[in-house]
Amino acid sequence: MKRVGVFVCHCGTNIAGVVDCAKVAEVAKDFPGVEYSVDYKYMCSEPGQEMIKKAIKDNRLDRVVVASCSPRMHETTFRKCVEGGGLNAYFVEMANIREHCSWVHMNEKEKATEKAIDLVKMAVAKVIKNAPLQKATIPVTDRALVIGGGIAGIQAAIDIANAGHIVDIVERDPSIGGKMAQIDKTFPTLDCSACILTPKMVEASSHPNINLITYSEIEKVEGFVGNFNVTIRKKARSVNMDVCTGCGVCMEKCPSKVDSEFELAMSKRRAIYTPFPQAIPNKPVIDRVNCTYFKTGKCGICQKVCMAGAVDYSQEDKFVVTRYGAIVVATGFELFDYSVYGEYGYGKYPDVITGLQFERLVNASGPTMGKIKRPSDHKEPKNVVFIKCVGSRDVAKGKSYCSKACCMYTAKHATLVSEKIKDSNVYIFYMDVRTAGKGYDEFYNRTREQYEANYIRGRVSKIYQKGDKLIVRGEDTLISRPVEVEADLVVLATAMVAQPDAAKLAQKIGIGYDKDDLYTEAHPKLAPVETHTQGVYLAGACQGPKDIPESVAQGSAAAAKVCGLLSKSEMLTEPIVSEVDERACAGCEMCVPICPYTAIEMKTISERVHGKMLERKVASVNSGLCQGCGACTVTCRSAAINLKHFTDEQILAEVNALCL
Amino acid sequence: MKYAYFPGCSLSSTGIEYEMSTQETAKALGMELWEIPEWNCCGASSAHLTDHLLALALPARNMAIAEEAGLDVVIPCAACYARCKAVELAVTESKEMKASIEEIIERKYEGKSKARALLDILANDIERAAIKEKVSHNLKGLKAACYYGCLLVRPQATGFDDLEDPQSMDRLLHNLGAETVDWAFKTECCGASHPTTKSEVGLKMMDRILAAAKEAGANCIVAACPLCLNNLDMRQGQAEKEYNQKYDLPVFYFTELTGLAFGVDPTKLGLNKHFVDAMGMVNQVLKADSRRGTA
Repeated sequence: MKRVGVFVCHCGTNIAGVVDCAKVAEVAKDFPGVEYSVDYKYMCSEPGQEMIKKAIKDNRLDRVVVASCSPRMHETTFRKCVEGGGLNAYFVEMANIREHCSWVHMNEKEKATEKAIDLVKMAVAKVIKNAPLQKATIPVTDRALVIGGGIAGIQAAIDIANAGHIVDIVERDPSIGGKMAQIDKTFPTLDCSACILTPKMVEASSHPNINLITYSEIEKVEGFVGNFNVTIRKKARSVNMDVCTGCGVCMEKCPSKVDSEFELAMSKRRAIYTPFPQAIPNKPVIDRVNCTYFKTGKCGICQKVCMAGAVDYSQEDKFVVTRYGAIVVATGFELFDYSVYGEYGYGKYPDVITGLQFERLVNASGPTMGKIKRPSDHKEPKNVVFIKCVGSRDVAKGKSYCSKACCMYTAKHATLVSEKIKDSNVYIFYMDVRTAGKGYDEFYNRTREQYEANYIRGRVSKIYQKGDKLIVRGEDTLISRPVEVEADLVVLATAMVAQPDAAKLAQKIGIGYDKDDLYTEAHPKLAPVETHTQGVYLAGACQGPKDIPESVAQGSAAAAKVCGLLSKSEMLTEPIVSEVDERACAGCEMCVPICPYTAIEMKTISERVHGKMLERKVASVNSGLCQGCGACTVTCRSAAINLKHFTDEQILAEVNALCL
Repeated sequence: MKYAYFPGCSLSSTGIEYEMSTQETAKALGMELWEIPEWNCCGASSAHLTDHLLALALPARNMAIAEEAGLDVVIPCAACYARCKAVELAVTESKEMKASIEEIIERKYEGKSKARALLDILANDIERAAIKEKVSHNLKGLKAACYYGCLLVRPQATGFDDLEDPQSMDRLLHNLGAETVDWAFKTECCGASHPTTKSEVGLKMMDRILAAAKEAGANCIVAACPLCLNNLDMRQGQAEKEYNQKYDLPVFYFTELTGLAFGVDPTKLGLNKHFVDAMGMVNQVLKADSRRGTA
């Protein structure tokens, strides 16, 4: 007979405020197999864990049930605890009486207590059937992949590389640098963005442990933690990187001009181009959609002028497969398309621009050489209106969340207007000013007091063109009066949103994403850079809106996680995986396509039947790939597959405990 | 095409031209309009301000009569339309609301009979080709500022076009040969009853619309609401005087222009009943058209 100990946690008042924990402990004493039962304020605390270990020893317990929070929260804690008490780590079972009980039944205390008792009863029945499980080891490939070469990805790569691991950065644009390369100044110190970013870009490109794989995208991700097999599509650059000297003559001579993505269509680039002069690598690519040679078969000027003979029209996309131990996803953000806002003119007024366009207008290397000139007539604006929360905090037309960085960058833009344009007037329409952060609120106050920016609390209801002015109408809700501003330029603080193909990439890698396609962290507080897929980490705005300091911090945090994983040549694996009873397996192959991790393959076994050797096919589970989801077990018609720790016998014991 | 017809109170008084031109246009298009027998007031803003249930029950009775006849309701007036659409949505969205409304009006109304704005039908239901085929007088020379007013496209639930920059009327007028201007005041408030009760507020609101239409290069305004037209037409002189401006902008109903393009006699459309002279421009357009025809 097994000897079970039951430990009921109050979780402060989280559980005890609703569930009568003492009663649960008392009733549990009479469950079959229970030798010891007790309740305590914080089971996860040091004294709580000691209490469990002591009870194991004193009462010769060989199974433990902890009735507390979700196993997501503390299963590892209590597994370690019972292991410390001398038991197999899998001889502990958790009854979730917090998330599944007290939190959702806060107004029905008695019924909640009844439910808690049932949950404990089930856990006791299961733990009796639990078998000892042992962790296995798998090899870890000492190489990391960083997807995205913006500031978060660059930071993560440098930190991983400095720890002595090899890192590949895959960037889909021709150059690394990301959005930060487009920004002029950074808040709250107003130091030049390029001056702090470009050294990092150079460091990344010259680091002996870092390989830049630019103009490339992720095609396929297979494998599992420690052993990801990633297929990378290297898009055809049409320029031989080994030969090109980066002299730039081809770009000067190229006759086809198209809108520059980097300058947000405010100036032109050539069809053979680098996105910006400080690009890394500083070697051009040919944009085949707009190249005359690729469109008509005629031209070929770039090839003729290239002294090094680097231009190669015959290049094709290449696919390379590399094995990585860990992946950092740092794919960044895009800006919300504000053309859904009819009140701001559906994008038809040339002098209504986005904050990022404004960054290019004030940037010394931008299309106006840093002189603020409005797009329509290149005149210097006197009255500049900023509108915050365009697409943020708007459930009707945009996103429900706050984009976080806009309050600060709008304050920064306001100071830049005041500094660069004499006699200028700045008007900022806002919903709330949210400038939490070191030195941030001081910056905002300076913008208001020293730079005399007019902050108007209210939304803009309409912008319309009147002559060469834009009339901005809104309400000042602090004095309940309509306001009308004759503006020369309107700058919209558009929301930060996920990349348009964020969901597709998440599906390739096998990580979660939310309703806005932002990547989901494993735990919002305690595992902010981890994902639910082991070995895959997040950095930067792909997880949610972030400013530069936060993106850098998260890049370093993700790097620390990667270094921890890569620091050992082997890692322990979770033993909760499926196993096949080869005697019962009929070889129907139903389980193979159902497995989301491609962990099941068919293998041939030979066996002796009536004195003859026969061969037949049976399913076989790759325990490295199996994530223990259990999809195969319910598909198996002959009940030949069982998920360890969740066997049919264990589940039925729970059902029986509840229903019989 | 048979519809139940709800003219509302304005169409037999201040908006008589709207009634005349609606009837003529419908006739030309082969639309049969069955006027709802013994219809009552839609409640307009008075009921709306007094009691929510009253504001729904009043139009519900008219809609119920149409539903008994198995017909959708066509409504020229923007305010009547908004109220009728509101009750149609209220009964389809809530069973409880449907039950309490039915109890008050002592009839069944399930929201099967739909409230339709006349502009919506002309611009969006009837094929472009069918309209063009009927055009005998091309309206070239008209540069219209299409003015939709506040209630036709808002709120989103009752509206049938873009909230900020609607296009239905613009499309209809293009099919009649007229030009339309791109302007930002299509759905601005005309001042409603303010020109009467608080003229310093109301006239200012009207003046902005007139000024914006002029600035956009329009030579006339086209409306779809009897109150809007009343303000912009009847009180245009007052606004001009108050702000020392000269606009001279005839204000038409879209039905008047549709009828005109279809070859209906201008006086049968009520075009001679406007405060700001409309006949001058009408004759000019007709003359230009006939000259093109003989050339």
